[in-house]
Amino acid sequence: MPIVSVDQLSRTYRVADRQSGLRGSVEHLLRRRHRDVVAVDGVSFAVEPGEIVGFLGPNGAGKTTTLKMLTGLIHPSAGSVQVAGWVPARRQPRFLEQITLVMGNKQQLIWDLPALDSFRVNAAVYGIDDSEAKRRIHELADMLELGEELSRPVRKLSLGQRMKAELLAALLHRPAVLFLDEPTLGLDVNAQARVRDFLADYNRRYGATVLLTSHYMGDITALCPRVLLIHQGRLFYDGSLEGLTTRLAPQREVRLELRHLATAEEFQGYSELESLQGHQVRLLIPREQLTQQVGELLSRFDVLDLEVGDPPVEELIGRLFRQGSVA
Amino acid sequence: MRRALRIARVLLASQYAYMLEYRAEIALWALSGVLPLIMLGVWQGSGGAVAAGLSPQQLSHYFIAAFVVRQFTVVWLIHVFEEDALQGKLSPYLLQPLQPLWRYLAAHIAEQATRIPFVALMLAVLALLQPTALALPSPGALLLGLLAVGAAFALRFLLQTVVTMLCFWSERAAALDRLLLIPYLFLSGLVAPLDTFPAPVKSFALATPFPYMLSFPAQLLAGMPVNAAAGFGALAAWCALLAPIAWLLWPCRKRRVSRPSRRIRLTGLLQRAGALMGG
Repeated sequence: MPIVSVDQLSRTYRVADRQSGLRGSVEHLLRRRHRDVVAVDGVSFAVEPGEIVGFLGPNGAGKTTTLKMLTGLIHPSAGSVQVAGWVPARRQPRFLEQITLVMGNKQQLIWDLPALDSFRVNAAVYGIDDSEAKRRIHELADMLELGEELSRPVRKLSLGQRMKAELLAALLHRPAVLFLDEPTLGLDVNAQARVRDFLADYNRRYGATVLLTSHYMGDITALCPRVLLIHQGRLFYDGSLEGLTTRLAPQREVRLELRHLATAEEFQGYSELESLQGHQVRLLIPREQLTQQVGELLSRFDVLDLEVGDPPVEELIGRLFRQGSVA
Repeated sequence: MRRALRIARVLLASQYAYMLEYRAEIALWALSGVLPLIMLGVWQGSGGAVAAGLSPQQLSHYFIAAFVVRQFTVVWLIHVFEEDALQGKLSPYLLQPLQPLWRYLAAHIAEQATRIPFVALMLAVLALLQPTALALPSPGALLLGLLAVGAAFALRFLLQTVVTMLCFWSERAAALDRLLLIPYLFLSGLVAPLDTFPAPVKSFALATPFPYMLSFPAQLLAGMPVNAAAGFGALAAWCALLAPIAWLLWPCRKRRVSRPSRRIRLTGLLQRAGALMGG
């Protein structure tokens, strides 16, 4: 039975429609005009307990609006949502005890106090007794590789340490469903990797369900076997990341390093030549012709190095968003 | 009940620790609340209070008591709430099984506790400069006065909660609060003791909640003759009226969008500083 069920979920905002300049301001004052902006349009999906699902889309696609409806922060204009058997918009305490929302650009920790003080408040709010709270803090701090940083004022922590402390605060009540909105935003590569490792570990240990949005494809590829793609408020892909790659990239990427310089004309008759820079060549070859064409390339050119792989996922998804549909 | 007490204890402790980080700022805010002392100077110079039947000593006692009451009834909920809603800080609070207003209430109480030493120091300086200006109330009057200060704070907090809930309908609920500042200044007894008002104006003032926010507790602390039962009754009645309104407005607020308009520009800190200086 799904832990998250979303059926035909929509959200429309009413925004003021106003021309720029003084004339526009005066006109708007006298005769207000509004228009409806559809942020989320008939989105449906279901998430099983323990799944980690990546929620992808360009800026303004409707990801955060959807997450806010899933957590009950905003009410849907149409459609229905159930999370852990509850209707989020009712925001009943029992529901709130089952979920958490971490937003990379927002914080819940008290800025001028050590993170431990915020944890104590959360423990009291969620009714976790002191000894159990200490045990959980210790356990999560171990998983997040946090130690004496927790005794320092939050403002003195690095961005990576702060995000880890935010995660600890958000998970202290051991929620069943985690909504993570850009949890690695602004973190360096190492900090991103540690946060990803932690989330994977947390999911394994506690079987928590995770719905994650991120602009970093590294987060998605490392954590999410399944992805949801949303664009202009509509869901247009729901499936495995691997399936998406195969569907989007019927070609494989072949990189060659040549001993001698070659011209673009010499690659005519082969598949798409993506780039030719000095001794480096990048080609896209249909999967079914890969063996044959690579064999020919090796016999024709003096090849120092050869690498075969899939095009970068970010590139594929970027192309997909530009097209607006899965072809 | 035990859980509620634990939440209250932990919230108050964390908010007090937080306010202590801003002790210098709070000292300045305490200093900025000297309007009653300025009004004392104005009234002493004009001699108008004597004409209204107040002795110079009673006048001093009243305005110094008003200064104390004002220090411990400052409410800045609307400004911090608007700022938190605008910056998205409210979202984590809304996702926890605790009504967010309790956090703000704890922050206010913690801030008042942080003010105590500064207010005591200012009173000590006043006592040194003008020993007869201060009246030490009897233990009974002091207890009643302190109770009235607490109730006055509760009334101001509830009134501002109602106005705050309107920030999801009006883009600038803080502006509405500014509008309320005008009747508060004149009808609360902050710029003039109610006894100096013409009888119809005084009757009108007493029909509003404002005198119970300042004049009534100040009169109790100053040892002036006042109908304590009527005052506490009015405080209880106004609180009983506003509490359900606030309670009813909260779920309506939840149905609105998660944050108010982006057109709110001033930072909450500036607004809060303005509120502290003005109200």
